[in-house]
Amino acid sequence: MQLDSIDRQLLNLIQKQIPVSSRPYADIGAELGLTEAEVISRIERLKKSHIIRRMGGFFDSRKMGYAGTLCAMRVPEARIEEVAGIINGYYQVTHNYIRDYEYNMWFTVLAPTPEQRNRIIEEIKNRTGIGDLMSLPAKRLFKISVKFDVSEVGHANRE
Amino acid sequence: MLTASEKRIIREIQNDLPLSERPFAEIADRTGVTEEEVLQTVDSLLQRGLMRRFGAALRHTRVGYKANALVVWRAPEDRVEEIGTRVASYREVTHCYQREPLPGWPYNLYAMVHKHTQAECLEVIRSISKEIEIDDYLMLFSTRELKRASMLYFVED
Repeated sequence: MQLDSIDRQLLNLIQKQIPVSSRPYADIGAELGLTEAEVISRIERLKKSHIIRRMGGFFDSRKMGYAGTLCAMRVPEARIEEVAGIINGYYQVTHNYIRDYEYNMWFTVLAPTPEQRNRIIEEIKNRTGIGDLMSLPAKRLFKISVKFDVSEVGHANRE
Repeated sequence: MLTASEKRIIREIQNDLPLSERPFAEIADRTGVTEEEVLQTVDSLLQRGLMRRFGAALRHTRVGYKANALVVWRAPEDRVEEIGTRVASYREVTHCYQREPLPGWPYNLYAMVHKHTQAECLEVIRSISKEIEIDDYLMLFSTRELKRASMLYFVED
C-alpha cells in the first residue's frame, strides 16, 4: 500500500506514544486534525497491510526481573527449517534470524528466571543435537529504541 | 514488586490494544477493574520504567527498512562504556549492548543497524567503526527472519 503524508505522521506519532487516556484515538485525531473514526480506520488499514505489527506496552525485560540472552548457533543449511521449528516453538524465543556467517542462526531467549533460560538452551541443544551454540547474555544495555522514522519514505515496500 | 492486578493488566496490554473508542475500558472489563485503574496502572508502569513505551511497533521491512546488520566490535574493556555510549547515539542503531566475550569469540560490543539498503548499512557501520577507532569487527547481515514476536510476560503465574 501507499502511505500518504497523514499515514506517515500518524505512524511517527503512535510509535512514540499512544495517549494513555479514555479516548486515545480521539486525542491522536485532535493532534493530527482527524476525527476519532478516521484515526481508527487508518490504523485498521495499516494493520491489515502488516505495517503495524502491534500496539500496546513494550516492557523492560530486566526491570521486569526476566533473564535474557542472545544465542548464536551453527546450523547446517539443510536443517534450518527443522531446527527453527524446534527453537521457535518456545514462546520464550522472541527473535530468530538467519545471518550471513558461520554461526548462522541468531535468536533471543527470555525467561522469568536464569535457571529456566539455561534449561531452554540445554533443551535446544539436546533436541537439535547441535552443541555448537554460544549464549551471550547482556552485561550492560546502552540502547533500545525500535522506532523507525517513516517521514521520508514515500512508499511502503511491497512484498 | 507487581500486584496481581498489575500482572492481569500487563497480560492484556502486552497484546494488541483494541481498536474501539474506549480501548482501556475494554481491558478494564476483561480484567475486572475500572478504566481509571487501567489508565493509572499503565501510567505507573511507564513512570517506574517497567514499560519502556506504550505505542505501536512497525514491521520495519514494510516501511522501507529492508536491511539490518548485527555488528559486533572488539572494544577495549576499559573503553566499552565510552564507546557504547557513542555507538548508541547513532539514529540508525536501534539496539546496543555490552556482552561478555567467549573463548574464540572476542567481541564484546553489539549493535543492531537498520537502513533501507545493505549499502547504506555498510556506510553507517564503517563511519561508526572509524569514529570509535575499532577495526576488529564483524557485520552479520540478516538474510531471513524466522521469528519476530513480543514477549509474553507472566504466562506461568
